[in-house]
Amino acid sequence: MNLKSFRVYAKYKSLLIGSLIIGTIVACKELVPDPPADDQILDGPVDGLSGEQKIKFLRGDVAFNDDIFTQETGLGPLFVANSCGTCHAGDGKGHPFTTLTRFGQNDANAGNTFLHFGGPQLQNRAIPGFQPEQIPVGATFSNFTPPANTGLGFLEAVPDAILFALADENDANGDGISGRINWISVPPYCLIRPGTIIKNGKYIGRFGKKAAVYDLLQQTANAYNQDMGISSSYEYFNTYDGQEVDPEVANQTVLDVVFYLQTLKAPIQRDQSNPEVQAGKHIFITINCAKCHIPQLQTGDFPIAALANKTFFPYSDFLLHDMGPALDDGYTEGSALTSEWRTPPLWGLGLSKNSQGGHYFLLHDGRAKSIEEAILLHGGEAQSSKTAFQQLSPTDKGKIIKFLESL
Amino acid sequence: MRFLNLLIIFIFLVSHVKAQIDPELLRQAPKNTDSLKLNMDAVYDRPFLHLGKLPVALGGYVEANHQYLGENGVTEGHQFQMRRLTLFVSSSISKRIKFLSEIEFEDGTKEINIEFASVDFEFAPLLNLRGGIVMNPIGAFNQNHDGPKWEFVDRPISATQLLPATWSNVGFGVYGKKYTNNWAYAYEVYLTNGFDNKIIENTENHTSLPATKDNKDRFEESFNGSPLLTGKVALRNSKIGEIGFSYMGGVYNKFEEDGLTLDKKRRVNVFAIDFNTNLPKLNTYISGEWAWVTVNVPETYTEQFGRKQQGGFIDIVQPVLKRSMFGFEKATLNAALRLEYVDWNKGTFRSTGGNISDHVYAIVPAISWRPTPQTVIRFNYRYNWQKDLLGNPPSRLAGFQFGFSTYF
Repeated sequence: MNLKSFRVYAKYKSLLIGSLIIGTIVACKELVPDPPADDQILDGPVDGLSGEQKIKFLRGDVAFNDDIFTQETGLGPLFVANSCGTCHAGDGKGHPFTTLTRFGQNDANAGNTFLHFGGPQLQNRAIPGFQPEQIPVGATFSNFTPPANTGLGFLEAVPDAILFALADENDANGDGISGRINWISVPPYCLIRPGTIIKNGKYIGRFGKKAAVYDLLQQTANAYNQDMGISSSYEYFNTYDGQEVDPEVANQTVLDVVFYLQTLKAPIQRDQSNPEVQAGKHIFITINCAKCHIPQLQTGDFPIAALANKTFFPYSDFLLHDMGPALDDGYTEGSALTSEWRTPPLWGLGLSKNSQGGHYFLLHDGRAKSIEEAILLHGGEAQSSKTAFQQLSPTDKGKIIKFLESL
Repeated sequence: MRFLNLLIIFIFLVSHVKAQIDPELLRQAPKNTDSLKLNMDAVYDRPFLHLGKLPVALGGYVEANHQYLGENGVTEGHQFQMRRLTLFVSSSISKRIKFLSEIEFEDGTKEINIEFASVDFEFAPLLNLRGGIVMNPIGAFNQNHDGPKWEFVDRPISATQLLPATWSNVGFGVYGKKYTNNWAYAYEVYLTNGFDNKIIENTENHTSLPATKDNKDRFEESFNGSPLLTGKVALRNSKIGEIGFSYMGGVYNKFEEDGLTLDKKRRVNVFAIDFNTNLPKLNTYISGEWAWVTVNVPETYTEQFGRKQQGGFIDIVQPVLKRSMFGFEKATLNAALRLEYVDWNKGTFRSTGGNISDHVYAIVPAISWRPTPQTVIRFNYRYNWQKDLLGNPPSRLAGFQFGFSTYF
């Protein structure tokens, strides 16, 4: 500081300091980081929640993202992850680091014959002093990358009748795409939703890679138990020795997480007015991708008003489709065939890299490292659409990719 | 209640003696070595109030602040925080036996810790025995952590979230110093109680040495009966500055109980280097430390808990005005900057071979004003970029902090 500026400082120091303090207080809000745009993130609640519901959502958010389980709080002894958020960073798709390996069932009718070896899910990690599970000799298996959580409440609010109507098990319309329901048994703690369709004592599964889960309560209780080794009053068998044990998580916490998953917003599409995106969507529909990846669905009556009777855009029919031998791992769940996979919703696809460490890990096991690779790994009922994609010009392929990245 | 009792006793003692500030502290320092004080001297290098004829001296410091921070656009608004109230009690038991204790109240009475309570026996300058609750001399900040000595509201991330400052344990050790002209050499070696399995079983969701501090029993019993070794060598040149090399290591897990072997012995090792210097002419003060941590984590445990960690900080403090201000003689206005980095998990994913992130960068420009050397009023702007384990887009935290810290 030179002499002149020092004198100025000395003369006006009180004013300077006072201005600095007041200016800082006023500027506080301006100098903290801006929030990311709503369409750039997957977390956040659906619009229209009441005050009470927002409180419940926040409780679920904390339980889902902040509750880290330790040995003291029930983790394991065998587990895959120690919190919900570990598998679903930012509520997005997971990373191969937390791949879930399921094993033991290779036939739709015989059920899982390896349950006594720790099936259906491999707990590949263990607390110190314990040994994790190994895939038993002779068991087929499949790796599942954790899916994104967003918009699940909308799916839960779709009436059975809509999914049932979308199914075309025998390809009656002759378009080469069948779409099958996975008829599953439902655990006794699940509340059967009004209007549910029952076939031979089985119910429509709609969650999970093989659509083998009835609702978000079953999904959540299973994840606590199978992924983290946390028993609850819903799933009370220890995955280590199969013994019935005391609950390690409160029912209220499980229900808060269920509510959180139900009320996470649906991903918001970006760049909708971009001509390339619009053209890409048109080509996507033209080459029949939208036959399975149905752009929009409708919810019915639902206890959470914010989800009731809404149109949403998942780009999925949530039905099982034969995806060909390349994606047949020889493992299945419920009545699905080993080559059948539930159409994964494409919403949020373009944001996957933000939860997968900057890379794409697509398809059920993350084997596809790009959207194009994922398309090219389609087979079975999707073979003709894949072939049509391959025959597109590079420009048109780019438009489809651009469209998919906007979802 | 404990807090109130201690405070009442403290006030009672202070109010019943004729107090005066003794900047020369309790021990008589060797002549002409003021510029050769090392970080290891910090524990006694504090202002104390002598209590008349009593062989006891009291001191302490207090720090409070306001902050307005936001993370990814979400802020908790204006927060007023009482970070610390720390009380020192020291006593010269005899000419070469002394005692000092440091009791700290953090965040009001949320945490009450005895951070230091040791008796020192001086047999020779190069051989002093220290026993009780000692501060493990890893890095520099752990030994020299008093708020009024720093220009920043927050303690360094690497010191508190990588290393466990303030980290103290029950144990014994020896230390010594030697002076030759412009040089000072020192060493410290301690055996203390150590870490426990909270290092890898905690809610921080990463390997965390500080998580061990949750175990309040560590002042009563060792978790595994295996002592923690901490050692440091340091040297200072009166013109160049000080550099220190330190190591801390031991077994952290419960490898046996009731004669049964539960696991193999798993070690934690910490290496640290610290330095500080005063640039001539500019009078710029630069200090910093860097630490490397290795932890033997079971192969079958989750990769979230890293086997290698590292991090550190550098502080640059530039006095810009030193004169009488607002009636305070020799007041100082400083501009300062702290750069910080911590990587809690230095490794790669087994599944993909990709790098594991879980790291934070921070930059903290600051202005501090010292009306006296023992008091600092500081104004910080903090900006953190923190990446999760997977390396997803960083969460950004930023905002202002304004507060004071002063010895009393």
